[in-house]
Amino acid sequence: MEQIHWVRHRWQQLVAAESGRGRYSAPDAVPTKSSPKLHNAQLTGKRRTVIARHGPYQHEYDSVSKGCQGNGIRTTKYSLLSFIPMNLFQQFHRVANLYFLFLVMLNWVPVVEAFQKEITMIPLVVVLIVIAIKDALEDYRRYRFDQKVNNNVATVYSGKQQTYVDQRWQDVRVGDFVRLSCNEIIPADMLLLYSSDLHGICYIETANLDGETNLKQRQVVRDLPQGSELTPENFHSRIECENPNNDLSRFRGYMEHPSNARVGLHNDNLLLRSCTIRNTETIIGIVVYAGHETKAMKNNSGPRYKRSKLERRMNMDILWSVVLLVIMCLTAAIGHGLWLRNLEEASFLIPDTTSPALAGFYLFWTMIIVLQVLIPVSLYVSIEIVKLGQIFFIQNDVDFYNEYLDSRIQCRALNITEDLGQIQYVFSDKTGTLTENKMVFRRCTIAGVEYPHEENGETAKSLSCKSLSCNRSSVSLHTLTGHSEGEGEETPSPTLPRHSAFSSPMEKDVVPDPFLVQKLNCLSSPLFLLTDASMELTYIVDFFMALAICNTVVVSSPNQPRHVVQVPEVSRSPLKSLEDIKMLFQRFSLPRFSTLSPPHTTESTRSFTGRLFARGKPATFTPSPSPIPTKREHGSWKDELIYEAESPDEAALVHAARAYHCTLRGHSLERLLVELPGMGSLAVRLLHILPFDSTRKRMSVVVRHPLTKQVVVYTKGADSVIMDLAELPKGAEQSESRQGHIREQTQKHLDNYAREGLRTLCIAKRVLEEEEYEVWLKRHAFAETSIENREELLLESAQRLETNLTLLGATGIVDRLQEEVPETIEALQRAGVKVWVLTGDKQETAINIACACKLLRSTDHLLTANCGSKEACKALLLELRAEMECGEAAEGTSGFTLVIDGRTLEFALQEDLKGDFLELSRCCRAVICCRSTPLQKSQVVRLVQDQLQVMTLAIGDGANDVSMIQVADVGIGISGQEGMQAVMSSDFAISRFKHLRKLLLVHGHWCYTRLANMILYFFYKNVMYVNLLFWYQFFCGFSGSVMTNSWVLIFFNLLFTSVPPLLYGILDKDVSADTLIKLPELYKSGQNSKAYLTSTFWLTMLDAIYQSLVCFFVPYFAYAGSDADMLSFGSPINASSLLIILLHQVIESRTLTWLHALLLMGSALFYFSFTLVFSVVCVTCSPPNNPLGVDKLQMSQPLFYGVCALTTMLALLPRFLFQALHNSICPSDTVKAALMDQLNPDDYCRRMQRWNQTQAQIKTRSLVIDVEDSDIKVPDPDFRLPSELKEGSAATGSLLS
Amino acid sequence: MMASNYNAKEEDGHQPAAIGHGGAGTVKNKKPDNTAFKQQRLPAWQPILTAGTVLPAFFVIGLIFIPIGIGLFVTSNNIKELEVTSQLIVPCYNCSQSYSWNSTKPCTCSVPFSLDQPFESNVFMYYGLSNFYQNHRRYVKSRDDSQLNGDKASLKSPSKECEPYRTSDEKPIAPCGAIANSLFNDTLELYYIDPNGSRTAIPLVKKGIAWWTDKHVKFRNPGGNDNLTVVFQGTSKPVNWRKSVYELDPSDPDNNGFINEDFIVWMRTAALPTFRKLYRIIHKKPNMTPTLPLGRYILEVTYNYPVRSFEGRKRMILSTISWMGGKNPFLGIAYITVGSVCFFLGIVLLIIHHKYGNRNHSADIRS
Repeated sequence: MEQIHWVRHRWQQLVAAESGRGRYSAPDAVPTKSSPKLHNAQLTGKRRTVIARHGPYQHEYDSVSKGCQGNGIRTTKYSLLSFIPMNLFQQFHRVANLYFLFLVMLNWVPVVEAFQKEITMIPLVVVLIVIAIKDALEDYRRYRFDQKVNNNVATVYSGKQQTYVDQRWQDVRVGDFVRLSCNEIIPADMLLLYSSDLHGICYIETANLDGETNLKQRQVVRDLPQGSELTPENFHSRIECENPNNDLSRFRGYMEHPSNARVGLHNDNLLLRSCTIRNTETIIGIVVYAGHETKAMKNNSGPRYKRSKLERRMNMDILWSVVLLVIMCLTAAIGHGLWLRNLEEASFLIPDTTSPALAGFYLFWTMIIVLQVLIPVSLYVSIEIVKLGQIFFIQNDVDFYNEYLDSRIQCRALNITEDLGQIQYVFSDKTGTLTENKMVFRRCTIAGVEYPHEENGETAKSLSCKSLSCNRSSVSLHTLTGHSEGEGEETPSPTLPRHSAFSSPMEKDVVPDPFLVQKLNCLSSPLFLLTDASMELTYIVDFFMALAICNTVVVSSPNQPRHVVQVPEVSRSPLKSLEDIKMLFQRFSLPRFSTLSPPHTTESTRSFTGRLFARGKPATFTPSPSPIPTKREHGSWKDELIYEAESPDEAALVHAARAYHCTLRGHSLERLLVELPGMGSLAVRLLHILPFDSTRKRMSVVVRHPLTKQVVVYTKGADSVIMDLAELPKGAEQSESRQGHIREQTQKHLDNYAREGLRTLCIAKRVLEEEEYEVWLKRHAFAETSIENREELLLESAQRLETNLTLLGATGIVDRLQEEVPETIEALQRAGVKVWVLTGDKQETAINIACACKLLRSTDHLLTANCGSKEACKALLLELRAEMECGEAAEGTSGFTLVIDGRTLEFALQEDLKGDFLELSRCCRAVICCRSTPLQKSQVVRLVQDQLQVMTLAIGDGANDVSMIQVADVGIGISGQEGMQAVMSSDFAISRFKHLRKLLLVHGHWCYTRLANMILYFFYKNVMYVNLLFWYQFFCGFSGSVMTNSWVLIFFNLLFTSVPPLLYGILDKDVSADTLIKLPELYKSGQNSKAYLTSTFWLTMLDAIYQSLVCFFVPYFAYAGSDADMLSFGSPINASSLLIILLHQVIESRTLTWLHALLLMGSALFYFSFTLVFSVVCVTCSPPNNPLGVDKLQMSQPLFYGVCALTTMLALLPRFLFQALHNSICPSDTVKAALMDQLNPDDYCRRMQRWNQTQAQIKTRSLVIDVEDSDIKVPDPDFRLPSELKEGSAATGSLLS
Repeated sequence: MMASNYNAKEEDGHQPAAIGHGGAGTVKNKKPDNTAFKQQRLPAWQPILTAGTVLPAFFVIGLIFIPIGIGLFVTSNNIKELEVTSQLIVPCYNCSQSYSWNSTKPCTCSVPFSLDQPFESNVFMYYGLSNFYQNHRRYVKSRDDSQLNGDKASLKSPSKECEPYRTSDEKPIAPCGAIANSLFNDTLELYYIDPNGSRTAIPLVKKGIAWWTDKHVKFRNPGGNDNLTVVFQGTSKPVNWRKSVYELDPSDPDNNGFINEDFIVWMRTAALPTFRKLYRIIHKKPNMTPTLPLGRYILEVTYNYPVRSFEGRKRMILSTISWMGGKNPFLGIAYITVGSVCFFLGIVLLIIHHKYGNRNHSADIRS
């Protein structure tokens, strides 16, 4: 394998050198850092140096960028010249093709030659051609696509013309300056050097890369001269960065100016290829990675290849076929040897000196050629085609269509469709998978006081989720209402009805809590006093301030196209106005504020803000003379804001803040524009953003407070983390007790929220002293510029900042269940699938959601496992086992559910405890793992999969589910709110959890049954046909003769009988979709591999042997002793075997449509017409056994038909009878369901009800048995066969009594 | 075509993401067509085989097969057939013991036999060989069909398949190969012994024993109807042959060379090691007298063909023919048996249907 890779690599390099363009590189095959290092001495270690191509160091440029690739891409595997050798080379990696090749070569050895040389090559050639055509088409499509991409035009700086000219993408080189305008696609990975935005910001949309539609902010490299457009000639700096790699979220390097000053470069400076520039007029960047070295291309790996369980099973049986083949060949070889020994000299023997033993040995190989069809090599090709067909139908299922997203199911893995029908364990993420991941701000607690927002909950319920229809990306939705008249203006605004007529998305629709509004109103009330209440008010204002600014939300407005810069509007032309505002504020309010540290207001500000708000409303907007004319501009876009956030929580919080008039108006790199109640718009200087990461579980912003001018850190994060960080400040006792009280209360409220199933976030702040900040800033700057271990340094730096926080409060966000989740889970459980929920959420939240989605029932016995050490964990596991054992005797509990938290899980997953853990969880009906990390999720999946030998399915929507999705046998991604990482790594991508029901119960069942049946049929078909040839050996001295023309022999498998099985594998339908949905129990047949058991395989084999015996010996006796020649004897055998094989399929098929009829008839007609024409035309075309006249004569004789009819009937009789008896005497559930399908609607309903009732009874009984069963370690979960069930329940009954 | 749909996603980042990015430009609706085919709702016949549904089939099969079987059996019984195994008779036994390919002097013997009943209509006279593996792989291959089809190039240089019967004395063999080489060359003659003791030779017709297609399409003399002696100049006769191919039937140019019907019949290799081949036809007499009246006959054999080395046996078969071929009671019996079994099974199924079928449709599907 290594060598092959090397050869391929080498070869591709040659090709690349020839064409002067990039090379295709499979990500795994080519080490990422090798080539530039080899070529370029300038590159030290893992670094790459980039200098401007047309800059001052042109002489140096060539040597520096020699090792860098051009920007042309080539994703094709082949070129026109190399197609045939390369494709053949690749195809012969398959064992099946090698087998064919081996046979062909064998046939070239004269002593073993069985057929004409050309004929043995046909199967190989056909398979090779079919696959080559498929590859060629795919490759051509890639080529066309590459061409399209390579010929895109970008504006690149040209050294000759001293200006920017249009160039094709493929001509862009590392070191080029590229200028892009809004909505253009980035041609290569570039360092952002200039942006028309005054703050050096530019926005990119990475939808092409990861599917996330929200905008991401990129910024110009620090310390570059801004304002004027950059001139490439004067670009003296040198860029040192990492060698190309595939980490999208990491970029490290520095830029060295001529003055030797170094500026750190990071991911925020890098524009990634194939992203789109948004909201920014012009940008200029220098290319650092081009073509295949870009991160986008490095991340591009082909479709995933998983091998399905069924296929593994099948490979076993193929080995059995090989064994059978060897046995048959050996029999023939030995037979031939003995036969020859008994003959001395006969006129029909060609004089030969080979000994009988040697002749037997030769014959062994001849027989392998003759009986080659026994190994169903074409099965592999057929399976591929069938799976494509199955996927075609899955993708076209209208039930998987999501109108709101305009998306259907995506099948990313092409070869595990049948695994969908055998799933035993489902591991589900919670957020975004079971729930909508559409966050609605529901409650909050500020300073220890809870605001329940009851109305909010009401409206949330009344609104159906269907109101989302107008916008696809739920994060960027219209802003609406939420702007209630806080100022006590009674005038009913005429605009309001119109607003509410708009579809109003949930997360924006926050109805403020009246008490909170009241308190906020105090802010602008004249009776405002510096009391305890004002202290609380400080908390409230800070709280909402934090909600509004502690995020990475991008603000834009919907009435303008997205790219039209909204923030620059604030910052560019109205920069004057912003300054004006500041000045105004200083004039109006600051004198007072500066004296009082907690912000409160006076009458003058109140009237000012009152005026401000009055003008702010569009309805009352009149161009009245005003001291602040620019305000009106702001008023006009007040209600039209779009918040684009990276996570829905953020958006929900911003909208919540907005409902309290704490509105985020603009968000730029350095400034935030926030509107505060009673204070109007304030520009807040943004000093730093410490973005969210999963280790810290929090994010912070460092701002200079607009009023107090202090440096303030606002932190928002998971309650567990923030609660720990919110240390009691050492100092004033009063505040200490106050903080203690707040903490206590908040914790109480948090617990409540969690119980209600809300997602909780804590908000805290910290005021930094100037010196403190200076010290921190220095070290932070160091961390930012370092290339090595920068992440660690940054983490450390963030941790230094986020200490001693003052807890402000907490929020509770509700995340509603998706529609039909409980039904889906119930159906899955009825189908015998165990559902585990793995979530990062808190235990209470998880349990709550589990209850809501009926995973947990009220009758269930809950086992919780939380412990702090391994020993405790071990003890706990044993204790729970014991509890379960005594619990099972008690009536009333319908099952056990294990709830385990992350820490305990970590112990439980360790080597010596995982056995206990598995034992315990196996007996539980459901398991909920909360507070689990992505790694743990995948560990759990792997543990269950490996230890219990079951089929697992993991479903999730976020990046944290990726590892789990990849580990599981089937990974399903939900294309939801959290980007596309999960989808990108999944095998199937659906848009709602409820689709899982049909996907598994219907398509999974169908795909599995179809494929299993088709594979069995293929085995049957080959064994049946090949044995005919084998029986003939007994009558031709084991000499390897065949009684058929070799063309017909080869075509029999390749043409005459190949198409109907495909149709059978694609279209057969044992039970209708409706019934499968209604009776999830039917899914169990797939779980237990009912359609393809070892016994089924051998039964099929036996039947095949019987049929071939009949098919050979009936004609044998009919023609024995007659003057029939070989071909005349073979003709009825062939014809009847064809009829048998086709009719066998009719018996096995559950559905026959006109397509089936067409193809079956077509196949038969094709055979008969082919042989007829062949027998008329072929005079000397097929030596030695030219079929001239044979079939024509045969088919004109009644005997032929008499033999065919008898043979066909006799051969099919046992299977026909067996099926009928089996279906009558002990029908399987599937058959019963199929019988139900045929009833009239009334009977159908009645029968369905009865079935469900019986099922319910069985379930209550069987649960007890289940526990019993597992306790005595009966590994087989398949005990629900009717007869066994009776015994089982009887046994339990006696046990209970 | 289907494949292209799915692989679209493997491409790379340039492909517009499928989901969540329904920008303003996306007019195309991705909703799958709600057609019966795509939703797998094609009207279908769903046969579920149960005792109830299949039992009529069994009765029908029984009812059809039994009469056919009886018909076939009767037909087969009406065929008159007589088999004479020549080696069992002493003179021929001696011939068979002593004779080999190298013998130069033919050994003749006569076998007396008698008919118990007269043969009406045309009588076909076969010779039969047993234990002769004409279907041996290498034997079957050992021929050159182009040569036999009159191809002059192949005449001069026969196919390699013919080895080792390809050339002899550095001259190509015509016809080459093992099959031709082992041509059956006994001569059989049939005499009727009148009650008064005189022998009457029965006229044996040698025309029409080969398939029409073989005689007229597959086998052709090189150079058409030219003088065969000239055409076959420079070729050698097969090793075991006494005379050349153009001397097979000097009396009739239409039956000489490659298109000699005995030769053609032999070249059609038999399927099984025990076989018969058509030798002559005894045509029906125009008047009402039977073709072969009952009485005593003598079969005169000119013994040329050795079979002792492989323990083979020679036979002579006289048979009339019906619409379904020669005498073979097997098919009729098989039909009757299968038909009866089906009928019987039909009854069994009827019982089963009564026992289980009702239960199936009764209250509890699960019981």
